[in-house]
Amino acid sequence: MIAIIDYGAGNLRSVANAITRLGHYPKITSDPADVLNAQAVILPGVGAAADTMENLKTLGLVSAIRQFIAEERPFLGVCIGLQVLLTGTEEGGWHECLGIIPGRVRKLPPGQKIPHMGWNQVRQQSPHPIFSGIPDGANFYFVHSYYVEPEDKSLAAGETDYGIPFCSIIARENLVATQFHPEKSGEVGLKIYDNFLRLALAAGAGNQ
Amino acid sequence: MLTKRIIPCLDVKGGRVVKGTSFVQLRDAGDPVELARFYYEEGADELVFLDITATPEGRDTMADVVERISENVFMPLTVGGGLRSIDDMRRMLGAGADKVSINTAAVLNPRLIREGAEKFGSQCIVVAIDAKRVESSQEPKWEVYIYSGQKATGIDALDWAKETVALGAGELMLTSMDADGHQAGYDIELNRAISGAVSVPVIASGGAGTLEDLYQALVSGKADAVLAASIFHYGTYSIREAKEYLAKKGIPIRS
Repeated sequence: MIAIIDYGAGNLRSVANAITRLGHYPKITSDPADVLNAQAVILPGVGAAADTMENLKTLGLVSAIRQFIAEERPFLGVCIGLQVLLTGTEEGGWHECLGIIPGRVRKLPPGQKIPHMGWNQVRQQSPHPIFSGIPDGANFYFVHSYYVEPEDKSLAAGETDYGIPFCSIIARENLVATQFHPEKSGEVGLKIYDNFLRLALAAGAGNQ
Repeated sequence: MLTKRIIPCLDVKGGRVVKGTSFVQLRDAGDPVELARFYYEEGADELVFLDITATPEGRDTMADVVERISENVFMPLTVGGGLRSIDDMRRMLGAGADKVSINTAAVLNPRLIREGAEKFGSQCIVVAIDAKRVESSQEPKWEVYIYSGQKATGIDALDWAKETVALGAGELMLTSMDADGHQAGYDIELNRAISGAVSVPVIASGGAGTLEDLYQALVSGKADAVLAASIFHYGTYSIREAKEYLAKKGIPIRS
């Protein structure tokens, strides 16, 4: 089962539409048991990281997500679903997040329009199967005002420039998280989901 | 580098696209889903749908249209027209819209901007401003109009733009009522004045007749995106032609 985590916000439908288009049947769920039973988990999101953390806590999803990722099972975070993986966020004062990836979520520097909204290029920094069939420098759709700064720079599988170069995708084996919205990024975006699901289903086959 | 966006705008009435289009490729040029797919494949960067029915029944139909579009195209969708409340917004976002645009309702009840931004995030809230030049003024000045341009408000467009951003608008869609429908170019001065005064992206709307008009809105008008209806719908230019033209002139464009 491919679980899309529903925490009462976010753009679940778009993510579910993308997965469905690829021929899979995702389950939209807020049940921690579903998360733990899933072959792959997708945490989508728009809005603020702190609100998302609050919702995840209220729904009892925090430990399920931590355990799922700790077991190195296939996880994809999107936008806020990336940001909540870090130690904490500076949005609206300091708020602790899941702390799975040491580092912080910071405001994009002034001097340009905020939010960073529109299509921008992702420079691939390290080879990872998530980029399979995707040209280096391909455009993806972004909409965000904060960005992630992982302490371990090697986690940034891709970088994007907006005033500064920032980490726009993290990929470490089965843990993938994007600042951009693959479900809104046309065919290259669908390819990201396709690559993730291939990874996930291959990993799942090994576990069974 | 962030690219400039090219956005076709579709008017929908009772579930059908009006201001008919003339694409021979399409079986049914009035079907919003088919048109959305067409523009998606052409390389549009985003789509805006305006529900011009603006009745409760119309909104049901519109939500259904948005649902079908979002199953078929994987690009950002903005929906506007007749949205009056948080519930209206939730409905469209739930159907698969990424952003909602509000115009008259924002002027009548500016709190709606703040509440929408708090509930769904600023990135979802587009404030559409219909502005008309104040002829009597020495300095360039524009007045905000509501009810599809039927009613003057006495509000200065620049002041209103700043206020909406302070309230939480994540993007502004700026339509020049003087230029709209004339295909003689966007109101460059209006776009430049407002884009320079706010921190959020601005979409220039109203007046596109040539590809040079798009270029001017982006360069002289400092707009972050250009919205057009007629030139794309009637096939005067394709999205692809527009993008090639702009790219050749050095504008960062998604190819």
